[in-house]
Amino acid sequence: MSTATLEGQAAPTETVQSFTVTLIIRRFDPEVDSEPRWQDFDVELFATDRVLDALHKIKWEQDGSLTFRRSCAHGICGSDAMRINGRNRLACKTLIKDLDISKPIYVEAIKGLPLEKDLIVDMEPFFDAYKDVQPFLVSNTAPEKGKERFQSVADRERFDDTTKCILCAACTSSCPIFWTDGQYFGPAAIVNAHRFIFDSRDEASETRLDILNDKEGVWRCRTTFNCSEACPRGIQVTKAIAEVKQAIMRGKP
Amino acid sequence: MPEKSAGALADAQPVGRKQAVEQKPQGLRVSGTLYRGREGMWSWVLHRITGVSIFFFLLVHILDTALVRLSPEAYNAVIGAYQTPIMGLGEVGLVGAIGFHALNGLRIILVDFWSVGTRHQRLMFWLVWVLWAVLMIGFTPRHLMNVFGG
Repeated sequence: MSTATLEGQAAPTETVQSFTVTLIIRRFDPEVDSEPRWQDFDVELFATDRVLDALHKIKWEQDGSLTFRRSCAHGICGSDAMRINGRNRLACKTLIKDLDISKPIYVEAIKGLPLEKDLIVDMEPFFDAYKDVQPFLVSNTAPEKGKERFQSVADRERFDDTTKCILCAACTSSCPIFWTDGQYFGPAAIVNAHRFIFDSRDEASETRLDILNDKEGVWRCRTTFNCSEACPRGIQVTKAIAEVKQAIMRGKP
Repeated sequence: MPEKSAGALADAQPVGRKQAVEQKPQGLRVSGTLYRGREGMWSWVLHRITGVSIFFFLLVHILDTALVRLSPEAYNAVIGAYQTPIMGLGEVGLVGAIGFHALNGLRIILVDFWSVGTRHQRLMFWLVWVLWAVLMIGFTPRHLMNVFGG
């Protein structure tokens, strides 16, 4: 058995076809450049490689100055959101085989946040909006002695979709409103507010609805659905925002 | 002082950089690629454009109508200027813009208020275009006959 497995592993490495893929990356070095510039790289890749692997190959073998964020590299940490071929995606979840490699792959930083270097943007404004919606459980009552806070399956289901957020900023930086109005809370902050507004154990929903019932809150949303399409976790972001809008109009979640 | 040293660093290093600048691919804007949003984004873009156009039309329309209070002769002159073929074609555009803005407005209302509206937004977008086409097929031939038929 074990020899068969070994052979099975050894054989395909010779036959797996690799492709030369051109990546055009929008680079910016604040110490040298006054404006971002495009630079192309040719990389040898397999169909099963991801855009992140391509960036690694460039950084490790061609140009060590290429700068980007990544941590887990498996779609959990949300560090490597970037604009790939004009759409926000996670570099670690975008397979080369899903892209058209007969054309160059364009990679650039996410839009709407201050560009710091190459593919890195300043995420502080994004996290400030996140902090502003109080993304934590607020409860003034103690749970029954010796028990946890009870929640029915149906109540948990109510906000299940918005618990999946990894704060990668792909949604917020895909929003045309956010590009031009940095004061807008943005989809990610509203998603994380939604996660607690509709949590039956939470007692600060009114406060969060008050915060979002603002010119720069949920009413800035123009339902372009860019956020729902950009979300690497498949969260129905626009639906969540619509639910918060409804909750504000009803005055309760 | 720190600024100066950063500048010196930049001056000392650019040998490899300069080459990179030269191989800039043609036709790429410095501002980055256009975001490739889908139906939702383009409906929003069109809604904005048609909305602003209709606003300016209404502004002009209120002004020319108000003219009748000042001088009926001037009003007649302005209205006469509207009876030209160019204005007739412009009216096709106006009806098209109002038609899209109205139908897409209904779509947005459904997205906001209908519980499954967000799920069907793409279908509704194409439905808007179907209804808009029906409207324009009904309006345009009849209108052009009036404009060019004399």
